Amino acid sequence: MDLSFNTEERAFQDEVRGFIAKNLTEEMKRATALTPSVFSDPDIGMAWQRTLHKQGWGAPGWPVEHGGPDWTPAQRWIFETESARAGVPNVNVMGVKMVGPVIIGFGSPEQKNFYLPRILSGEDYWCQGYSEPGSGSDLSSLKTRAVRDGDDYIINGTKIWTTHAHHANRMFALVRTSDGPRQQDGISFVLIDMNAPGITTRPILTIGGDHEVNQVFFDDVRVPVANRVGEEGKGWTYGKYLLEFERGSGIASAKLREGLKAIAELAESDLTGRAIDSPDIATRISEVEVDIDALEMTELRVLSALQTGQNPGAVSSILKLRNSEIRQAVTRLGADVIGHDALAVEPMRPLYRLNHEPAMPEEMLTVVPEYLNGRAYTIFGGTSEIQRDIIAKMMLGI
Amino acid sequence: MDLNLSDEQRLLRESAERFVAGSYDADHRRKMANDPLGFSPAVWKQFAELGWLALPIAEEFGGLGGGAVEIGILTEAFGRGLVSEPYIATVVLGAALVERCGGTVQKQAILPKVADGSLKLAFAHSERAARFDLAKVATIANKTAQGWRLSGSKVAVLDGHAAGEIIVSAHIHDYQGPSGRIGLFLVPAKTPSVAVSDYERLGGGRACNIELSDVQLPQAALLGDGHDALPAIEWAVDRAMAALDAEAVGIMQVLLETTLEYTKIRKQFGRPLSANQVIRHRLADMAVQVDESRSMALRAALKVDANPVERARAASGAKAKIGRCARFIGEQSIQLHGGMGVTEELEVGAYFKRLVAFDTLFGGSAHHYGRHAQLGRNVVPA
Repeated sequence: MDLSFNTEERAFQDEVRGFIAKNLTEEMKRATALTPSVFSDPDIGMAWQRTLHKQGWGAPGWPVEHGGPDWTPAQRWIFETESARAGVPNVNVMGVKMVGPVIIGFGSPEQKNFYLPRILSGEDYWCQGYSEPGSGSDLSSLKTRAVRDGDDYIINGTKIWTTHAHHANRMFALVRTSDGPRQQDGISFVLIDMNAPGITTRPILTIGGDHEVNQVFFDDVRVPVANRVGEEGKGWTYGKYLLEFERGSGIASAKLREGLKAIAELAESDLTGRAIDSPDIATRISEVEVDIDALEMTELRVLSALQTGQNPGAVSSILKLRNSEIRQAVTRLGADVIGHDALAVEPMRPLYRLNHEPAMPEEMLTVVPEYLNGRAYTIFGGTSEIQRDIIAKMMLGI
Repeated sequence: MDLNLSDEQRLLRESAERFVAGSYDADHRRKMANDPLGFSPAVWKQFAELGWLALPIAEEFGGLGGGAVEIGILTEAFGRGLVSEPYIATVVLGAALVERCGGTVQKQAILPKVADGSLKLAFAHSERAARFDLAKVATIANKTAQGWRLSGSKVAVLDGHAAGEIIVSAHIHDYQGPSGRIGLFLVPAKTPSVAVSDYERLGGGRACNIELSDVQLPQAALLGDGHDALPAIEWAVDRAMAALDAEAVGIMQVLLETTLEYTKIRKQFGRPLSANQVIRHRLADMAVQVDESRSMALRAALKVDANPVERARAASGAKAKIGRCARFIGEQSIQLHGGMGVTEELEVGAYFKRLVAFDTLFGGSAHHYGRHAQLGRNVVPA
């Protein structure tokens, strides 16, 4: 066993570091640091996507024939870790990490040829149409309906929690095409042009003060049958495949560590009156750091299993559960570390383009919004309660 | 980067698990609990034959040159069976201190005997007033014309009653007075003025308190050349904690499996306990914490040879985290077994008690989160 990387892997690490150092602008870095929601705004995120694409790194997890870089699991880990350390913007994961793998796995040749290059280049910006007002954790109870009319489906219904629907030109969605004996039957996976007539988008502000999610309404929206991925009625299978990716992309510890580092630096600074001198704060920083160490080791164990072709099993639910809980512990700690400044609200967005002097030092601007918005981590992508159900069922057989 | 077991490591795991499953059942454990020695000399002999006592010792002294990962593979299996043989005291602590601090003659005299099973060791360091601070040693070793004169009180000495040689730490006072250095001294069992009072240890095995009253030792009793032994003590204890971490993982895994099985067969209100979501989620949390503990134990083992600060932070972080998980899993295992869980009729209690002992040994969670924080002051996490 060996925790260190080999010569080729270290060379790759240097390559990634060099690439990021050369291409990541100060503006992108500052904008990312000052984004208190999960995703970067598209102008920032897509600029980075184009940069990656030019290097051939636009879609790390894809097979080579569709433009993936053919990295080993260790290389992917190094890439994600170095990206987190350097503070690069979030790219449009709904495209690269969610719908991309589904199109590659189940899409038609025409769909692959049309959509995949546009995801890579950043030409398309995707959003995810899964949850509905009446279908949260019980996702397969969804009611948005697609009725066949010649070569089209006519879609009616509504989707909610749609991240960046107000920026996206495309949505992948689960819709009901028939009523089967089980509610999981009769669901289809369709690709929707967000500019189609009959689609309206309502912003939803989250408690941290950010506009990231929306509700989307479909009123007799025509979608060509050719835009269905895979077979009619099999959408649940494809959708679940995607959720595995969403939960288990598996490399979260580096980002958590950067988050904790920022809080630890604040705690050691005069800006917070050296919060770290309180033994309670110092111990809590250690507790969170140790939790990150454990998560990182679990990620590396999974990675080692993947390297030798083993199936890591239901561990993606463990990773999702712990990542979300630790993320919340980091942001909770942050709100306590900044002390008095946790009382101030900065309502303007984006925080990296304020046209006035904020009430607190810039390093603190995201702390409380991140804590507040961060409550969503244990809810989206399958709540912690759902993850525990999955662990009980898949790992423990109960 | 590779965390998969090698073929040799897999074989070691298989043979350790097979041995424990075959030799360590509830009857054996009950017999050992009532045994004045607290373990079986026949089993110790088998450990020697299997090469486990030689495992971490260097090849030049009759060992196999294994590392902390191999020790962890063994101790995890020991945890599954609540093995009570003095493995940590003799092999992980004792032999390591001799190998690191001893002179060649001492190493040649002691290590081959540990490897072949003919000599057991113990490490007498902890003192009541020091709590878990390894640097605090009130025992004094005065330099004399003949050698050394030791006085002091040691507590919680693992398996001291069984050891042929006890390694005792003491502050060295030379003719000029306190030297500021801690020395390690080899004290043979039954040395006059060494009073060993042993007791049954929580969760199996034995430990003892030792009174040293003007104990006369020859010059050669000092391990090595009298350099300050504190760095070696910290290293050895961090290593022992990594071995104990793996043992705790084995114990927790058994408790998870046992409790899971029980909730499937125990029926109340006309259905198995495991049909209730509150029970399923509790078990899911237990499974997550076993997995986290497994990760941390491995991490501590892989960092035993890192630089002292990195090693110590990994050791304390793992001990703190696993201690907390151990309490949760132990307490919840009893809770989910209901009234039967608090009786001696099931073995859940025995496994729980070993976990409580684990959390106490070398300092509990609070102590080690504190040490982790102290060592990390002004060091931004890397």
